[in-house]
Amino acid sequence: MVDREELPDYRGRFGSYGGMYVPETLMPALQELQHEFFAAKDDPDFRAELDYYLAEYAGRPTPLYLAERLSEEVGSKVYLKREDLLHTGAHKINNTLGQALLARRMEKKRVIAETGAGQHGVAAATAAAVFGMECVVYMGTEDMERQALNVFRMRQLGSEVREVKAGSKTLKDAINEAMRDWVTNVRTTSYILGSVLGPHPYPTMVRHFQSVIGRETRAQIMEKEARLPDLLVACVGGGSNAIGLFHEFLGDESVKMMGVEAGGIGSELGQHAARYISGSLGVLHGTRTFLLQYDDGQIAPTHSISAGLDYAAIGPELSFYHDSERIAFTHVTDDEALDAFQRLSRLEGLIPALESAHAIAQVLKMKGHLPEIVIINLSGRGDKDVEAVAKHLGEELH
Amino acid sequence: MTKTSRPSQSTLARNCTEAVNRIERKYSGLKAEGRAAFNVYLCAGDPDLDTTRELIFGLEAAGTDVIELGMPFSDPIADGPVIQAAGQRSLERGTTLSKVLGLVAEVREQSEIPIALMTYYNIVHNFGIEHFVTKATQAGIDGLIVPDLIPEEADELITLARHADLATIFFVAPTSTDERIELADRCSTGFIYCVSVTGITGARDHLPDDLRRYLLHARSKTSKPLVVGFGVSKPEQVRAVCEIADGVIVGSAIVREIESAAHLPQGELVRKVADFAARLAEGTRK
Repeated sequence: MVDREELPDYRGRFGSYGGMYVPETLMPALQELQHEFFAAKDDPDFRAELDYYLAEYAGRPTPLYLAERLSEEVGSKVYLKREDLLHTGAHKINNTLGQALLARRMEKKRVIAETGAGQHGVAAATAAAVFGMECVVYMGTEDMERQALNVFRMRQLGSEVREVKAGSKTLKDAINEAMRDWVTNVRTTSYILGSVLGPHPYPTMVRHFQSVIGRETRAQIMEKEARLPDLLVACVGGGSNAIGLFHEFLGDESVKMMGVEAGGIGSELGQHAARYISGSLGVLHGTRTFLLQYDDGQIAPTHSISAGLDYAAIGPELSFYHDSERIAFTHVTDDEALDAFQRLSRLEGLIPALESAHAIAQVLKMKGHLPEIVIINLSGRGDKDVEAVAKHLGEELH
Repeated sequence: MTKTSRPSQSTLARNCTEAVNRIERKYSGLKAEGRAAFNVYLCAGDPDLDTTRELIFGLEAAGTDVIELGMPFSDPIADGPVIQAAGQRSLERGTTLSKVLGLVAEVREQSEIPIALMTYYNIVHNFGIEHFVTKATQAGIDGLIVPDLIPEEADELITLARHADLATIFFVAPTSTDERIELADRCSTGFIYCVSVTGITGARDHLPDDLRRYLLHARSKTSKPLVVGFGVSKPEQVRAVCEIADGVIVGSAIVREIESAAHLPQGELVRKVADFAARLAEGTRK
């Protein structure tokens, strides 16, 4: 088994994945970021400050909740890691507080972010507000329509939301535009990237800030069960909530891990966002990883009911653990996620984000084939999705 | 997973007979003349590949020294709105790398103008690096410019390209440290691409005030040709840049000119763009 602390190597590679595929203009900034991040992560003052905000501001630790009725339903003990209870409603705040504090340490007064569903955008806008920074969030036109509520939230938080009309008008294009902004304003601006994607050191840095999820989970399950779980399940878009939960357990061979991708509405390119249905090796947004592309190397459009999973590439570290078979990958369809959204709401009184509903759906599907103790990362709450879900169910809210 | 095999003996033998890269030959010739090079960026397939070929001939006749032929990518992070839109138009018409290589092969039947292919790394990676180097040189491409590829990630490409006499053109930017300028110097052949501004491609009214200092500094670190691109769109800007640099690249301004002439018959479009280029090219005569 690979020692998880040895990855990535000095070039930011997880095996053959990762690396730095960026314009030269960004290289000095990425080298500075690397230097600052590796210094900060072992600096007791920085850690104390981050821990303070995670506890007092964001609401950590989050509970590990035994979902009794769901457990009864599937015939195994199912725990939910309640990241949905965090301030702003998802795990994204773990990362944005970390990166914003790092930006402050580097004396950058302006931050930028991309967003798909709006959860990372809201979390970045929130961190910028609390630390008094200027913040610009890039968001595709299509996502702005799908997530109008989050657009309003970001603006209330004092951020500027810039519409991206290019390409597919979704997350991929928002990242393109954020990178263009960063190339232009690199001397004054920090880019708060939302997932374990992008050039080194982002996959490592975002993993570091999210791995608090797994550390807490380990302590909590040991206290409740006096043993490790048998299976961890998380949805995977870029993969930050998944690696956040999994990383702490990578060295524990008895703990199986499963990443759930967005199966969308079919298996053709353009109908889903599941890299392990039809993905191949490529380079996008600074990293070499598995992604959805056409035969000629153009990036393919993706589809998911969940805007947060609607992206062509998976984080490079997850590609690595896919190949080594340490993490198993599967996918569930839009309809299965929609069904899980409703079932968790009724069984447990918890309305999950559509992203997290993919992980719930997978556990529901595995009924009768589940091991004894299962932990699902309930990475976000579903308030943002109620309107979209109502629409899918044919109900008009206004 | 990574294809790292060495070029075959037959590839090596064939390339030994060709030698001397057209880009290198052009720059050493211009140095002797005491003139800077006028480089034009074209987005292949905008408005269509046939017109791109005619544009190359027209631009050559109008005094263009080197063509940077853009193979569009769906996610061009280093490009501004003008080149983004051209790329999207071209892709919608079905442009692929294979078709662009075919176009270059057609150009080579009539012209020896140096051509560097400019594209994003996924296009090359997807094609297969060794396959790309072989096919590109066979087609008559002289150099490769990849804005999202830094020398550190290009070991395999550099090795293969050296054997095939394909120039690998890397970037320096206003933010580049001395160490990174030296890295670009070591790894580049043909010329070094100097990005004039921190930013993306696109015409600018004014080039940055510190451009002269930055170019002089880069000049002190390398003896390879320094060619300035990004933002250059006017004859006086070309002239100012060419006082220090060995060449200039005009991209968005030409692409915009093509866009505005897209409704014209092909012959007229080519003439209009060539006239526009000729006015800019005057700035390179010292």
